[in-house]
Amino acid sequence: MRNIWTIAKREYDNYFNSPLAYAVAVAILFMQGIYFALILYVTSQQAMMGGGAPETTPINWLFVFLMIFLSPALTMRLISDEARMGTLELMLTAPVRDFELVAGKWLGALLFVLSIAAITLIYPIVVNNFVQPGIDWMVVLSSYLGLILVCSALLALGTGISAVFTNQFAAFFVTLGLFFFLWFMVSLPAGYLPQGGDVFNYLSLSDHFAQSMNQGTINLGDLVYYLSLTALGLFVGSTAVEIRRWR
Amino acid sequence: MIKVSGLTKDYGARRAINNVSFDAQQGEIVGFLGPNGAGKTTTMRILTGYMPPTDGEALVAGYDVVEESLEVRKRVGYLPETVPLYTDMVVFDYLKFMGELRHIPNVDDRVDEVLDMVGLMDRSDGYIGNLSKGMRQRVGLAQALLHRPEVLILDEPTIGLDPGQVVEVRELIREIGKERTVLLSTHLLNEAQNICDRVLIINNGKIITEDTTENLQARLLGGERVILRVRGEADELAKTIKQVKGVQSVESKEDGAVEFEFASGKDVRPEVAKQVIKAGYDLLELRPIGMSLEEIFLELTGDSKKK
Repeated sequence: MRNIWTIAKREYDNYFNSPLAYAVAVAILFMQGIYFALILYVTSQQAMMGGGAPETTPINWLFVFLMIFLSPALTMRLISDEARMGTLELMLTAPVRDFELVAGKWLGALLFVLSIAAITLIYPIVVNNFVQPGIDWMVVLSSYLGLILVCSALLALGTGISAVFTNQFAAFFVTLGLFFFLWFMVSLPAGYLPQGGDVFNYLSLSDHFAQSMNQGTINLGDLVYYLSLTALGLFVGSTAVEIRRWR
Repeated sequence: MIKVSGLTKDYGARRAINNVSFDAQQGEIVGFLGPNGAGKTTTMRILTGYMPPTDGEALVAGYDVVEESLEVRKRVGYLPETVPLYTDMVVFDYLKFMGELRHIPNVDDRVDEVLDMVGLMDRSDGYIGNLSKGMRQRVGLAQALLHRPEVLILDEPTIGLDPGQVVEVRELIREIGKERTVLLSTHLLNEAQNICDRVLIINNGKIITEDTTENLQARLLGGERVILRVRGEADELAKTIKQVKGVQSVESKEDGAVEFEFASGKDVRPEVAKQVIKAGYDLLELRPIGMSLEEIFLELTGDSKKK
């Protein structure tokens, strides 16, 4: 555990040296800012006609949606670049388990993404101050829990794929392709199959978040889904690192 | 401390090392000598737990490199050949990170200590990416020394260093080698001669021979060679020396010096000196010459019959 933390800490610090990581953070926060302004504008218009208070959970949906495209850029070089630079030899000859290395990298990336997410807490706080009698914090909590779980799964898969490749761009495109598939396409057969389509719906990355946790309902099935994907990503990563040793 | 038997490693169809066996004791500096691609790095990578062998077994500090890889890695300091480093990190932070992975107590103090050992104290807050090749080499060495490893494995430790640094690093290795086991690889023959207690000569993945540097010379030569020089013309010098009892062969060099050989243990130098002076020459030099490892190496690998 201590090694995972040591590696995560280094990786986290490393993001602050990386222009790419800043670009990702700026892209997310910029688009969320615009989206928030729009939500405020629209709800204030509707409020004059008796509409409800603005909701902030759509902003978290946008965060997760953007992560589909941006998180591959955060994970692509995590292990592939170490292999290319040769520094993987340092890690593999240090007294660190392969799993600890992969988990440390993943945790570092997750902490970085969560740091960006922490900045977005400002939106519910702002809304809470302007709305009587305040917003439903349990929904916000559930939404953020979902956000953490989705990011955890995405980044674990990305880290795992990064361990397979030595070229970071190969890792990027494979990761992006996988996320695109899991978000948009995996549930498509559900509409065409007479029965058994639920299986495909269950595999979809988006539904577990958008239809449940972001609305304030937490299902065991959703938790299991994201935690399994996280475990799968870390498993693929550790296995890929181990295979590298044998080559 | 290191015990290797029957180690074999295949990369696809190519056999990188073939049935390599040797051992190294505590307080011994063992040199791995061979041309590029001989299998030095492959052997070292197996010993450091970087990759498993195809066949055979290796014990480092009493632990099996495959079964107890983590225990081995805790006890080994390794300087890889290409000295991979995180170029976007500051020297101190990098060493501290590696030290934390090894759970070193008071890691800050230890990093300072090691930086002092390799003479990089003044660069500790600089980025690794801005260091010269020689300095990076020393950062790598510092990393290998951090946890006071029982076994130190150094792949080409002096490559890329300038002559002054080479001397310093060799001095450092010799110092460390007094208490610990050091296995170093080199393709520089005089380096092996300089620092190592024992040399393993490896070529095409096989260990050709293994011995102390002195013994290697003696074994190959079967005698000792001496060079002798006098003032002025020395036409008859060779003849004079040949007459001395015990001299095995005499050879006149182009520059007027004479080289002769005698069996080990039967030193004929005093007698030769006496005869040379008696014959009226002014003796300037009488010096034993060893065979260089270069010659030994060529002889053993059979690469050259030119000599």
